[in-house]
Amino acid sequence: MSERTIIPFGPQHPVLPEPIHLDLVVEDEKVVEAIPSIGFIHRGLERLVEKKDYVDYVYVAERICGICSFIHGLTYCMAIEELMKVQVPDRAQYLRIIWSELSRIHSHLLWLGLTADSFGFESMFMQSWRLREYILDIIEETTGGRVIFGSAKIGGVRRDITPAKMDEIMKKLDAYRKDVSQLCEQFMKDQTVKHRMRGIGMLSKEDAITTGAVGPMLRGSGIAQDIRMTGYCGYDKIGFTPIIETAGDCYARCMVRVREMDASFGMIRQCVNQMTDGPIEVKVTGNPTGEFFMRSEQPRGEAIYYAKANGTKFLSRLRVRTPTFANIPPLLTTLAGCQLADVPVIVLTIDPCISCAER
Amino acid sequence: MTQTQTIIDIQPGELLGKVSEMKAASQRLSQICCSKLPDHLEVCYSFDKDYVFTTYRLSMPDNALPVPSISKIYGNSFHYENEIHDLYGIIVEGISIDFKGNFYRTALKTPFNCAPEAEVKA
Repeated sequence: MSERTIIPFGPQHPVLPEPIHLDLVVEDEKVVEAIPSIGFIHRGLERLVEKKDYVDYVYVAERICGICSFIHGLTYCMAIEELMKVQVPDRAQYLRIIWSELSRIHSHLLWLGLTADSFGFESMFMQSWRLREYILDIIEETTGGRVIFGSAKIGGVRRDITPAKMDEIMKKLDAYRKDVSQLCEQFMKDQTVKHRMRGIGMLSKEDAITTGAVGPMLRGSGIAQDIRMTGYCGYDKIGFTPIIETAGDCYARCMVRVREMDASFGMIRQCVNQMTDGPIEVKVTGNPTGEFFMRSEQPRGEAIYYAKANGTKFLSRLRVRTPTFANIPPLLTTLAGCQLADVPVIVLTIDPCISCAER
Repeated sequence: MTQTQTIIDIQPGELLGKVSEMKAASQRLSQICCSKLPDHLEVCYSFDKDYVFTTYRLSMPDNALPVPSISKIYGNSFHYENEIHDLYGIIVEGISIDFKGNFYRTALKTPFNCAPEAEVKA
């Protein structure tokens, strides 16, 4: 047996924009075990709910993550709406889906660029981030913000999109959809990409369940689980089936995200076609009481917001379980047995967001 | 309500048996969390299968009672268990990867379960 060595990976590493540390136990170039370490920047935002009015906490929830900020704010709002039995108007639900899916597209484009960059595919990185800018421009046009949308509120949304603006946006999105599709095709058909990703970082269907994988990590192992199927926020009104791949390797996880982007463009189109005029919010009065586990499908997977309220304007508990936090144990499974050079690629196929995990 | 869910209160002695039943039923461990209430602590173990969300809840008078780790049944529970130990001071016995209080690097020990005066001091 070769001598075992521990190689530290992170928290500062060229492929990691955020701090996560892995102790990689290696024999020669083969990783036999990985031990994770997070907690470098834990912010304690969950505890802040005891001091912030439940209405104002939406702004804090949105700041848990800079990529899926809207869906964080939305999930928090939906948890409170469940507690207060608030029925959100249809138009607001469609607008929520549109901004959620725009978030998913720009998150996956960001991931695509970072993943390509992790093995030196620089032109792909530049092209995907160029397209992401267009999506961010649309988000800015419709919400006023590129990172923090500030559009979700308890009882609905803060802003509407006029029919003229919607037509203009859809023309742009139809063009971007073709560009994104072309870019993804180039990425997925590239021989180097296939060589670096096929058969690497394997996660079997059984392991995906026992390690608690979520999102594209779970669906890339052949399990058709997508929380949007529960129909929250009106997803039950639009045609949608979870996108799955069965290989369980890095390539399969990439393919899931690539196909999800195209599905998101389709969902936005369906929302625009089905939307009718109407109110975008309902007035919410009183204080919440009770408890509820609200789940949503973020770009990285299932997020869980557990809200426990006691009838005052301050919640007694808010628990946020983010997808990256759930995907750390499956990451360790995929790393065991891989080559040291494959570690950055495998880490990026879980699309880690440590900002979320360190909420 | 769009999402089906059940919360079931259990006793500490029932925990491992209930969790084993969930594992045998191919349920996915979704999360473990702790809540501090005025007179006790609650620990929730949530599972999911086919979008049905089930939570087993333990209520404990304080954090002096040890809770058995479920990491031998669900390997992915280790980081949730380290989290509730570091944030609430709950003693979890037999965690597969035990960070011994170093999972989160916080200025304050058990920051989610400390007296307000300690919080102000920190």
